[in-house]
Amino acid sequence: MGERIVLGPFNRVEGDLEVHLEVAAGRVAAAYVNAPLFRGFEHILRGKDPRDALVLVPRLCGICSVSQSAAAAAALREAIGLAVPANGELAANLVLAAENLADHFTHFYLFFMPDFARDAYAERPWFAAAQARFKAVRGTAAAEAVPARAAFLELTGLLAGKWPHTLSLQPGGSARAVSAAEKVRLYALLREFRRWLERHTFGDTLEAIGALDSIDALASWAAARAPASSDLRLFLEIADDLGLARIGRATDRFLSYGAYTLAGRPLFARGLWQPEEATVTAFDPDDIREDLSHAWMRGQTRHPWRGVTEPDPDKDGAYSWCKAPRLAGQVVECGALARQMVDGHPLARDLVAREGGSVRARVLCRLLELALVLPAMESWVHALRPGEPFCAHGPLPDEATGCGLVEAARGALGHWLAIRHGRIASYQIVAPTTWNFSPRDAAGTPGALEQALVGLPVDDARVPLAVQHVVRSFDPCMVCTVH
Amino acid sequence: MNLLWLQSGGCGGCTMSLLCADSSDLLGSLADAGIRILWHPSLSEESGAEALELLAACAAGEHPVDLLCVEGALLRGPDGSGRFHMLGGSGRPMIAWVRELAARARYTLAIGSCAAWGGVTAAGPNPAGACGLQYEGDTPGGLLGSDYRSAAGLPVINVAGCPTHPGWVVETLMALSLGQFGSDALDALARPRFYADQLVHHGCSRNEYYEFKASAEKPSDQGCLMENMGCKGTQAHADCNLRPWNGSGSCTRGGYACISCTEPGFEEPGHPFVQTPKVAGIPIGLPSDMPKAWFVALAALSKSATPRRVRDNAVADHLAVAPAIRRTGLK
Repeated sequence: MGERIVLGPFNRVEGDLEVHLEVAAGRVAAAYVNAPLFRGFEHILRGKDPRDALVLVPRLCGICSVSQSAAAAAALREAIGLAVPANGELAANLVLAAENLADHFTHFYLFFMPDFARDAYAERPWFAAAQARFKAVRGTAAAEAVPARAAFLELTGLLAGKWPHTLSLQPGGSARAVSAAEKVRLYALLREFRRWLERHTFGDTLEAIGALDSIDALASWAAARAPASSDLRLFLEIADDLGLARIGRATDRFLSYGAYTLAGRPLFARGLWQPEEATVTAFDPDDIREDLSHAWMRGQTRHPWRGVTEPDPDKDGAYSWCKAPRLAGQVVECGALARQMVDGHPLARDLVAREGGSVRARVLCRLLELALVLPAMESWVHALRPGEPFCAHGPLPDEATGCGLVEAARGALGHWLAIRHGRIASYQIVAPTTWNFSPRDAAGTPGALEQALVGLPVDDARVPLAVQHVVRSFDPCMVCTVH
Repeated sequence: MNLLWLQSGGCGGCTMSLLCADSSDLLGSLADAGIRILWHPSLSEESGAEALELLAACAAGEHPVDLLCVEGALLRGPDGSGRFHMLGGSGRPMIAWVRELAARARYTLAIGSCAAWGGVTAAGPNPAGACGLQYEGDTPGGLLGSDYRSAAGLPVINVAGCPTHPGWVVETLMALSLGQFGSDALDALARPRFYADQLVHHGCSRNEYYEFKASAEKPSDQGCLMENMGCKGTQAHADCNLRPWNGSGSCTRGGYACISCTEPGFEEPGHPFVQTPKVAGIPIGLPSDMPKAWFVALAALSKSATPRRVRDNAVADHLAVAPAIRRTGLK
């Protein structure tokens, strides 16, 4: 008979998480993921002026608040029928990218890496370096990365007034026009963050990192450098030693809504990676259903257009406040790895082809996005045209619907808004971690994390580190999940 | 001083905001001020059973808790059970943990408007039964009751804001640690006076537009946001325009209205956030310490005296008319 372990509170994630494990012969036989917090935003929004969504939905989540704003603005944009001027697209992309990159950065330095500085790894050859750099609160990374992040987020002070919880992202673009002098300052802030990343995170240029196109190229890059020469190099050393490429595989079915669109073209493509055909196919948002069978929620499996959020805390068989979204009935994974798989980055494709979606692949793709997106941000700043419009305007309709699909750092985020009699009649949100950390569905199929945990060794029931690495490789955002 | 930080029914944004403090080394500065982080959900190493043991030791008085920071609203639902937020792994509602720890704490701080008043989590029908530590909206009480005093004799210190400004948190913690913070440092709503004795209006970069009632008409306009766009900067207690956010920002500099997020009940203004409620064309929410008739008379006069530069720039998203260069003879 197996042992049952409850892990929680799960810290260094955003929000509240509890993981139940059934352990047999020292390995995880089954995992049940619970988000033990419910706030009820979808109720709060009902009956409000549709513009109020721009104030309220960022407050779903303090770590991806701009992503929520962007999704709400996109849903309202579709409802109103507005075309955003080029400046507005550029400014909104810059704010969203700033948040997403800060998120990758925070995850790596504050949430994920500190676990390798735990005493349990004291015998490993890389431990002294990992401890000096990544020890929670006391490591040099916390002392240096926190101010570097704060300086980078000054972009959001200029472009959005403040972070988190800006109101500058509007259905028609940005309420904050940029002057010629501010353009120069934005550029200087980007260059400062680039220097930090190149010096500390990568020990190489962003372009060189972005051009790594295979596991072999990555291995040669690492072989030419000492393990402590950069944070990426140290991560690769640790990942090799602990076999992080061999743990944490979920379905290898990857969804991306597409990110950073300018004039109809996304920087990262939209689509679904199907492992059976090893190719990307178009996906239809109409194929999304939220299954409530194991959530403390009343109601039927429905598309978000017709979805409801009615808490039922005493429901039999339920074990989470998180719903279970499925795409055409299937479990999908989203996040940086998914985005890069769908977009076709050769390193991501090689990682998944040879190792599957692993802890190492997820973390590498987040770092890869730091290297790929920052140069894009520099080009967006160059393209801003002070003096030309940043925002389009139009009256709110009394009856309309709108859907906003964006990519948060953690992946696919969707808002579905229905306006009746000039008020919000329905607002449904499916957040990235809802996909990744969903409970079982009516067919009994576990969610992505629940699958990724099965088979892991549990050598220490108090602090099973392999489990923690897998959970944190998804960088869960539970406050979004349960909203 | 030992600092223990808990998160409940909020968004985690106050922690994220704290990490944006304009300090060259935030964690180092706290350590320098003698503040030791016992546990923080985003920063600490201890997870799961280790974290629970630490919290239990704090609740039992084995570890002194000098600074108890609570972020997020306290969720009493459903039906007073607190089950809408169970502390992971503990099988107990977070409100039970907070009550127990607050009884031990030397100082208890509500970090952000959710923990202070209930905040956005308490908006609409308040589905989760959210309240603040010592207030429910502007009504004293909340989770701990209006009689609650921490071991040092202070009520809950409401570092309100949505999110709260990192400077407000860091300076409150440091002042407490240095013994320079007593009951006279708190305003009538128990907010630190160093920021709550200011108005968001103070230092607003749109001040010239305000003077002439040259008003923005749509998002992205540069004019004053009070007349049409719902701005409450003249009534909201905070120093957001004197102390920038994220380097040089503030809500009004970001192109949008102050929604008075440091005030109890801001989440339900009774009108669309970004629209000014008016009676007979005159905004209802005028500056609180000015007779309405005077305000109306002054506004009419200043509107008639508005220079073209100010009037035109108010409804543009960039400088349409630059100030004239005139030879005045003054150097």
